[in-house]
Amino acid sequence: MISVKNLNYTYQPGMPFERQALFDISFEIPDGDFAAIIGHTGSGKSTLIQHLNALVKPTSGSIVINGTDIVEKDADLKKVRSEVGLVFQYPEYQLFEETVYRDIAFGPRNMGLSEAEIKERVLEAAGLVGLSEDLLGKSPFELSGGQKRRVAIAGVLSMRPKVLILDEPTAGLDPHGRDEILGQISRMHKEHGDMTIIFVSHSMEDVAKLAQHIIVLDHGRVVMDGEVAEIFARGDELSKIGLDVPEITRLTYELIARGVDIRPDIYTVDFAKRIYAELFLGREGTEC
Amino acid sequence: MLKDITIGQYIAGNSPIHKMDARVKILFALLFIVLLFIIKGVAEYAVITLFLALVVKLSGVPLKFIVRGLKPMLFILIFTVLINVLMTTGEVLWSVNLGIFTLRVTREGVTMGIYMLLRLVYLVIGTSVLTLTTSPLMLTDGIEKLLKPFEIIKVPSHEIAMMMTIAIRFIPTIADETDKIMKAQTARGADFESGSIIRRAKAMIPLLVPLFVSSFRRADELAVAMDSRCYRGGASRTRMKEMRLTKYDAYAGAVIFAVIAILIASRIAFF
Repeated sequence: MISVKNLNYTYQPGMPFERQALFDISFEIPDGDFAAIIGHTGSGKSTLIQHLNALVKPTSGSIVINGTDIVEKDADLKKVRSEVGLVFQYPEYQLFEETVYRDIAFGPRNMGLSEAEIKERVLEAAGLVGLSEDLLGKSPFELSGGQKRRVAIAGVLSMRPKVLILDEPTAGLDPHGRDEILGQISRMHKEHGDMTIIFVSHSMEDVAKLAQHIIVLDHGRVVMDGEVAEIFARGDELSKIGLDVPEITRLTYELIARGVDIRPDIYTVDFAKRIYAELFLGREGTEC
Repeated sequence: MLKDITIGQYIAGNSPIHKMDARVKILFALLFIVLLFIIKGVAEYAVITLFLALVVKLSGVPLKFIVRGLKPMLFILIFTVLINVLMTTGEVLWSVNLGIFTLRVTREGVTMGIYMLLRLVYLVIGTSVLTLTTSPLMLTDGIEKLLKPFEIIKVPSHEIAMMMTIAIRFIPTIADETDKIMKAQTARGADFESGSIIRRAKAMIPLLVPLFVSSFRRADELAVAMDSRCYRGGASRTRMKEMRLTKYDAYAGAVIFAVIAILIASRIAFF
């Protein structure tokens, strides 16, 4: 359980460049949740998630993760950081080791595990992101962009975090690499039912496909917090702050506006396929 | 730590110091540094202190900001003062015997220490005012113009200025990047802050390798971007903003020459 209460954060307090980035943020994310944080560029998403594993300390407010207050001075930060894995934007730029294996092993090694345990975790993490074993001996700099990103994500997964946070995990990937990463994340969440996943995204389609729960940020404030259906039902408010609903939802709204009798809560293409087929073909939908 | 780097930081403003010509500012900053190393005695230091205070006040740069630029210098400052206080011979004020040698604090040492401290602090403040009130672009343009005459002896003034522009331009970018990679590695359990010197040096590898890789990538991208916009060096390039001397440069010249005149006059009068 992650519980954030009245969090405020100010950059460079007391300096000419002083700027408050987060205002009175409060939310809760239960164990095993799949939450999405969405917001405009500069809305404070990245700053907020860096608070969740104590990389950034709030100016005021509290953050409690599984019963531990991580803002407190004597909090065990190494433990917090191994429990809350954070995958940064473009994580492939942090790869540095000679081989993929050693790079993935960096986290577990810092945790002081035995070689046998490290090996087990590296193989497990590599498997989770779909890296074949023959890649483990290669230099990370020889891999393709999508592969590099998966190595970087494996480098965080190898610490076996209870909470996995991903900052725009699909940014800059081609559609194929994007589907692969999203598929793996979603499979991971299904297989490890107790792992909480939080991801930051600009793509409403990805959010609709994966998330159970959405937190909407605007100018450093939480403006909406709720179930996916609840949030996407407020399309007008979303577009006012520069966000949007998934394209398929927009299409559905257009149809409703033109008098088609159809349910409005359609957020994913897969679901739309079924509903539209029923509506227009008058029968149970089938793949075409 | 990285936030303390004030080099390349520019605070936009509209003060008389901001409005001065970059060339003039650079020349006067150099002159100021020379003065700092010539002056001696309380009276002359007082004149320079007043002058510097006037410049800082006019520039409108918050004092806090200037003080912050001194923070990274703290070690050097303390070291300089200690060396001067302990190593100057003269009238002993206080001494302690440490077996093999005796530590002596002398009157001359203390005076020397204070003067050296002021000298270094003023040096940093003076040059900070220059960089804080002059945009990096103006600064390098100024340097390019000042180096122009040396082209006769084959000094590539434009290339030097361009290299400096790029270097200064990338300080904040690389500082940001360093911060990001540090955070990413910290999130994977890296520890940059504790342990012996050797451990800490080793801990830098996960930071430096990605930093080098991305610096080369950026350099490559920048080269392509410049090439695609037909960059071909300084020959026959014109500027959007031509540098012109204004009344502010005249005022500044008057003030600084007045300061020099006072210093010279006081020396003639007293010796």
